[in-house]
Amino acid sequence: MNETKKRLDVIGKPRRRVDGRAKVTGQLRFADDLALPRMLHAKLLRSPHPHAIVESVDAEKARRHPGVKLVLTGQDFPVPFGIMPVSVDEYPLARERVRYVGDPVAAVIASDEQSAVEALALIEVRYKALRPVCGPQDGLEHPEPRIHDYGEQGNIHRNQAYEFGDVDEALRNADFVAEDLFFYEGNTHLPMEQQASLAFLDQDGKLQISSSTQNPHYLHRQLSRVLQVPESRIRVVATPNGGGFGGKCDPGGHEFVVSKAALVLGRPVKIGLTREEVFYVHRGRHPVLMKMKTGVTKEGKLTGMHLQTLLDGGGYGSHGPASTFYTGVLTPVTYHYPRFKFEACRVFTNKPACGPKRGHGTPQPRFGQEVQLDKIAERLGMDPLELRLKNLTKAGDLTASWLRVGSTGLEDCLRKVAEISDWKGKRGKLPQGRGVGLACSTYMSGAGVAIYWNKMPHSGVQVLLDRSGTVVVYCGATEIGQGSDDVLAAIVAETLGVDTGSVRVVTGDTGITPVDLGSYSSRVTIMAGNAAVQAAERLRASLAAAVCETLGTLPDRVVFSQGKVFAADNTGAGMSFVEAVTMAEAQLGTLSAVGSYSPPKPPGRYKGAGVGPSPAYSFSACVVEAEVDERTGWIHVPKIWMAHDIGRALNPVLARGQVIGGVYMGLSEALMEEQSFRRLPEKLSGALVHRAPSMLDYKSLTALDMPEVEVALIEDPDPNCPYGAKEVGQGPLLPVMPALANAIFDAVGVRIDEIPITPDKVLRALEAKAEGKAPRVGPDSYPSVPYPEPTFVLPPWEGGDGNESRKGGEKRAAAAVV
Amino acid sequence: MAAIPERVHLTMQVNGEAAPVSFAPYKTLLEVLREDLGLTGTKHGCELGECGACTVLVDGQPVLSCLALALECGGRAIETIEGVQRGPELHPLQAAFADCGGSQCGYCTPGVIMTAKALLARNPAPTRDEIREATAGNLCRCTGYQQITEAIESAATLLRAERT
Repeated sequence: MNETKKRLDVIGKPRRRVDGRAKVTGQLRFADDLALPRMLHAKLLRSPHPHAIVESVDAEKARRHPGVKLVLTGQDFPVPFGIMPVSVDEYPLARERVRYVGDPVAAVIASDEQSAVEALALIEVRYKALRPVCGPQDGLEHPEPRIHDYGEQGNIHRNQAYEFGDVDEALRNADFVAEDLFFYEGNTHLPMEQQASLAFLDQDGKLQISSSTQNPHYLHRQLSRVLQVPESRIRVVATPNGGGFGGKCDPGGHEFVVSKAALVLGRPVKIGLTREEVFYVHRGRHPVLMKMKTGVTKEGKLTGMHLQTLLDGGGYGSHGPASTFYTGVLTPVTYHYPRFKFEACRVFTNKPACGPKRGHGTPQPRFGQEVQLDKIAERLGMDPLELRLKNLTKAGDLTASWLRVGSTGLEDCLRKVAEISDWKGKRGKLPQGRGVGLACSTYMSGAGVAIYWNKMPHSGVQVLLDRSGTVVVYCGATEIGQGSDDVLAAIVAETLGVDTGSVRVVTGDTGITPVDLGSYSSRVTIMAGNAAVQAAERLRASLAAAVCETLGTLPDRVVFSQGKVFAADNTGAGMSFVEAVTMAEAQLGTLSAVGSYSPPKPPGRYKGAGVGPSPAYSFSACVVEAEVDERTGWIHVPKIWMAHDIGRALNPVLARGQVIGGVYMGLSEALMEEQSFRRLPEKLSGALVHRAPSMLDYKSLTALDMPEVEVALIEDPDPNCPYGAKEVGQGPLLPVMPALANAIFDAVGVRIDEIPITPDKVLRALEAKAEGKAPRVGPDSYPSVPYPEPTFVLPPWEGGDGNESRKGGEKRAAAAVV
Repeated sequence: MAAIPERVHLTMQVNGEAAPVSFAPYKTLLEVLREDLGLTGTKHGCELGECGACTVLVDGQPVLSCLALALECGGRAIETIEGVQRGPELHPLQAAFADCGGSQCGYCTPGVIMTAKALLARNPAPTRDEIREATAGNLCRCTGYQQITEAIESAATLLRAERT
């Protein structure tokens, strides 16, 4: 791309984001800010039982309540939904079964919220309570009653196993094998905006829903499926999300309810979830138990890893099949493991469904991996920084699991973060009670395959120009606060040589914008961005062809910069951008162009190779400093340093904000966030209830708790990315948790092998240390999980071709190589 | 219980203007601002006084409007995010939030700006710690607070320059 060599006018310059003014004036309209004449209000009745058969729902009294217009129950929704085609297991309102406290059972639509709430209390539901499954081990031990009648067996939802080369052999040949157990508690997104939706019939009688969704395209498909209405008669408008973090990726029961009610009643119907309900909708971080065995030589080279994970899935599939993969697949991207085996099992439990939260399935194994490396370095008497530098993957590498690493700035990140944090001067040298910890991570810039199988592009952009000089960009991408509108505006403005003030961005509207799969997996910058580059380049070519004769030059010598269009060798002459557009419109007619993007085909060819590949991986390295009060266990974090390989920062203000925001969310979950549950006493129903479904009890860091973050952006443009820009929204969260755990070890010599790291755990570990026991708190056993026989694939360097092969064949091939 | 409860009528001073309004007496100030006066710039994040998204100024003091009954606000001066702008121009706090990255998704932004405005009115030159303390009741899930603190610092500098 020649524009990466051209001097850049917009890209890389600190700039007010295009939606900045709307946000600071309160003019931005979130879903709950919308209202229409004759609008009705919906409320949901939710299950008080974690697991029960719904024997009957009697809504007669509710229907007669003043102000009530409609009551919906499971009988009104015979068709299930599910974001992944392999996990279509959920109904907008439960039909025969409820699977967690909070599962919606019925809906009241009334003239005002108050009447709807009153009517909810009049609905009589007869439940027959079933034994709840309280956790994955419980689910393994109690295959009956089954929470769902599909899945692998009993209460196992997904069970996966992959082996890339003979890992037992790799561990046998190591000088020692580090074996560790880790646990990562679940936590939730806690977006500031509670989900809200407004559905109505438009002037043509078609259904329109404005909703706080990250994925209008997937919601569109699911609405069509559940409501049995053609997609062409449904328009989904993703309102700007007041924070997403993955929590607004799944379609929600409430979205189907208001849509159905609008179709039945012909009136606008709105719902706004309460904060408590948002905790029940959840789809957040899976609690994961992990067992990690890593072979190491005495020189500190890794020989292989065997990773096992056990996920607490909650009551529904959600993104679970992908989440299960993600507890393994990205582990070998940062360091070279000659052989790698991973087994993962997701169990249904009677809790709100888990799903994608920032980092989707990868923070848990990354935590274990990076803490284990710290332990290995300690055992080898080696600086953890040196151990990491010794094992890094290189640009263009394939992993044992056939992921293409692409560009990597991880070594630069490590060296930079060590320098700015004074790692060498601090590690092991700070006074007792103070320490530093280091960790690394990687994340995908977009997943290589769509959630449903299809051969179409992942993102489409249309750019429209007219004689006013206004550039309008249409794209299905969704602004969730991450700055996707700004990314599109900046890329198009740069390519056409105008400033972002001339660009208007229209996004996230299935009625008028080309399909983009949504704001998840850090895919928008690269995918919508590449589509935008293509569309804008096509338009620029049209303009250049139209004006080159007047400029007395060739089309490819026409330069577009700062609102001017001129010949490269005659920069003094030329015309304004508006004049160029006018000239082109006169010659060519109305000016518009489209662009689209599909990621490259991944190199792995075995079944399951579609999860993990990405056109580009970002890399991060983090140092956390921690102070531990040994009397109270209190942890204070004075400062965090983060170096992030971003390829190129399109807008450094926003990129830095994403890094700091990621660090914040990582530190908050490392120290305190827990989506955890407790059993009520038997006399109070014995139900499994959320410990803290409120913002007061669900602790998160405030401005007072948040340390200063020093950010270093490592910029080496990636050739697969628009203007070289890789992702930044998720990667910088990931190394914070292990870096904190490692800092605590440096400070007081104890290992906390689970997240969150709370003062009580630190105290327990300190007590164990004082008593001469292992100075550690963490899981002490791993249950027997019936993992399947692994899919065996030879690593690239053992003669593999990316396909599944037989293990015996692998040994022969390995022998042949030797 | 009646579907449409009795309404009360009173007049508040909202963003410097008399705002007569009638509403159901159980409504919070937040609900009346958003639903009866159409001022949706003030957000709700919990309705329980936990998140700070609904912060407005009542007689110059930051108040969680989800915990205040509108019934108690007759005759009082209410300032919301819609009243902060200076004609067509942004208030220095608004400009600083937009320029420094103090606003990502924007949902907590109106509440934080109102809190910051009250802070700068009583303390034109706050330290970083004073800014953090003043805004500790406003939760933000996007920014990690750092760019919020930087925005308030930057606006404070500008506002002080305006005064001299």
